Amino acid sequence: MKLLEVINLEKSFGGVKAVDNMSFHIREGETLGIIGPNGAGKTTVFNLITGFYRPDKGVIKFSGKHITGVPPYKLSHLGISRTFQNMRLFSNLTVFENILSAVLTGKSYGLISALFRTNNYFSSEGKAEQRARGLIDFFGLSGKEDYPAESLPYGEQRKLELARALSTGPRLLLIDEPGAGMNPREVLDFVDTIKVIKDKHSLSIIIIEHQMKLVMGISDRIAVMDFGEKIMEGVPSEVKKDKKVIEAYLGEALE
Amino acid sequence: MRFFLESRKFLIVSAAAYILLKILFANNIISIYIQQITLFAFIVTIASLGLNVIYGYTGQFSLGHAAFYGIGAYTSAYLTKIFGIEGVFSFLPVLFISGVAAGFIGCLIGIPILRLRDDFLAIATLGFGTLVRVILDNSDRFTEVLGGSRGFVGITKIANLELTFFSALFIVLITKNLIYSRYGLFLRSIRDDELASTSIGINTSRMKLMAFSYGCMLAGIGGGLYAHLYTFLHPSNFDILKSIDFLIIVIIGGMGSIRGTIYASIIWVGFIEGLRIVLPVELLDLRWVVIPILLIALMMWKPYGLMAKK
Repeated sequence: MKLLEVINLEKSFGGVKAVDNMSFHIREGETLGIIGPNGAGKTTVFNLITGFYRPDKGVIKFSGKHITGVPPYKLSHLGISRTFQNMRLFSNLTVFENILSAVLTGKSYGLISALFRTNNYFSSEGKAEQRARGLIDFFGLSGKEDYPAESLPYGEQRKLELARALSTGPRLLLIDEPGAGMNPREVLDFVDTIKVIKDKHSLSIIIIEHQMKLVMGISDRIAVMDFGEKIMEGVPSEVKKDKKVIEAYLGEALE
Repeated sequence: MRFFLESRKFLIVSAAAYILLKILFANNIISIYIQQITLFAFIVTIASLGLNVIYGYTGQFSLGHAAFYGIGAYTSAYLTKIFGIEGVFSFLPVLFISGVAAGFIGCLIGIPILRLRDDFLAIATLGFGTLVRVILDNSDRFTEVLGGSRGFVGITKIANLELTFFSALFIVLITKNLIYSRYGLFLRSIRDDELASTSIGINTSRMKLMAFSYGCMLAGIGGGLYAHLYTFLHPSNFDILKSIDFLIIVIIGGMGSIRGTIYASIIWVGFIEGLRIVLPVELLDLRWVVIPILLIALMMWKPYGLMAKK
């Protein structure tokens, strides 16, 4: 069953076609890698799927439903979650609050309940806090709950952002260049983490990545983009050998 | 009642403060003038808390807070006048309505302007503040009672220690509950990163509007009490300078600190009015030399406000 389907997607900024006639889909439980040189339009595709940009043309369907033009916060409620290329944590909030805020965006108590502290408030808060602690433990951030997010080292901030994206209980997770700034050891850890959370939360994942080791290690299929277009799609072993892909990355071979 | 249990420390301190004030007031140990500025400090606390929710917690820079304070003041004064209200209890619904009126107008004006941010929002709210000032100046054209630029005179004095103190206490508790709930968390997330907030499922425009309306409502309630404490309203009391007062209080108290706002309101009112008593008349204008210098010093010493941990 197709969880997400993107059909003939197009987006221009001024005269530049950032995404041009892009179509792809992802099945439930699958991991799709998107690779391509800088400026190929990968992040724009993410921004279109998550509702940050409105496409000029094309259709996006999520589990059969049209979601083109739906605002980002609603997509989060539908089960699409994302991380950002240049991490966007709530830097002045604590680690715990970063997670808790995302957990609490789900079904929970109302404003009157909050103002007058009804029982509903206490039970919902209690449940949410428990869930937040579970996620913090899982990502090995326990003991740092009360640190401001900005005080964490880079690798842990990455983990925190991933944990926050999971807190909303998504079905589809979009991860934008997690490997940036990671050393090979951290990359291996990250691949393991992704595999575990994928099973644990029965996720489907779309990942943008430059580090081939990372993306080849995780993805079931890989889509390659260049100049806003999808130039190739296939299993990792095919993609590695494809002539067009090598050209896009290394430039054309001289005759 | 966990509502009270949760804030018992604060309630005990408040009870002690109330008893102390009651004794001081009852025997006229402190002069009527000081009694009045004490109550005024509570009123300023209410309105400043409103601005702290808007600016300190949510990061929406508003230069029009005094306009909503004015809307509340004029609304409540008009209502007590036409209904001939004199008692504290019959005044409560009026106070509530004046808060709701200010909150509602805040909501209406917020829908278009809260899309703006930072300095753009500041200019828009400044424009709204000026607009309200001009309307108040010409308010006698709508109905004579409002007095226009001559001021609204002959308002019944209703705001006593109990009304003012317990209104402030109630509002502090409610605001604290708001801030330490998921809504407060969302507001702080929005201040830190609006884009990330929407990505985790926060309806940011709705939350921003809610914070703005809530803050304006508190300004309106503060204004309603103010009208019935000083019994005279003039449009010049609700212009940009008054908005700056609230802004200063929020900043010196610490952005996003309820306790800071309470302290700063009391210190600010006490200082400005207190200097009026301490300084000889011929030096009174020097207040506006001393206060800015102190503000500069304070900002260099504690740029994040009195209650900031940094």
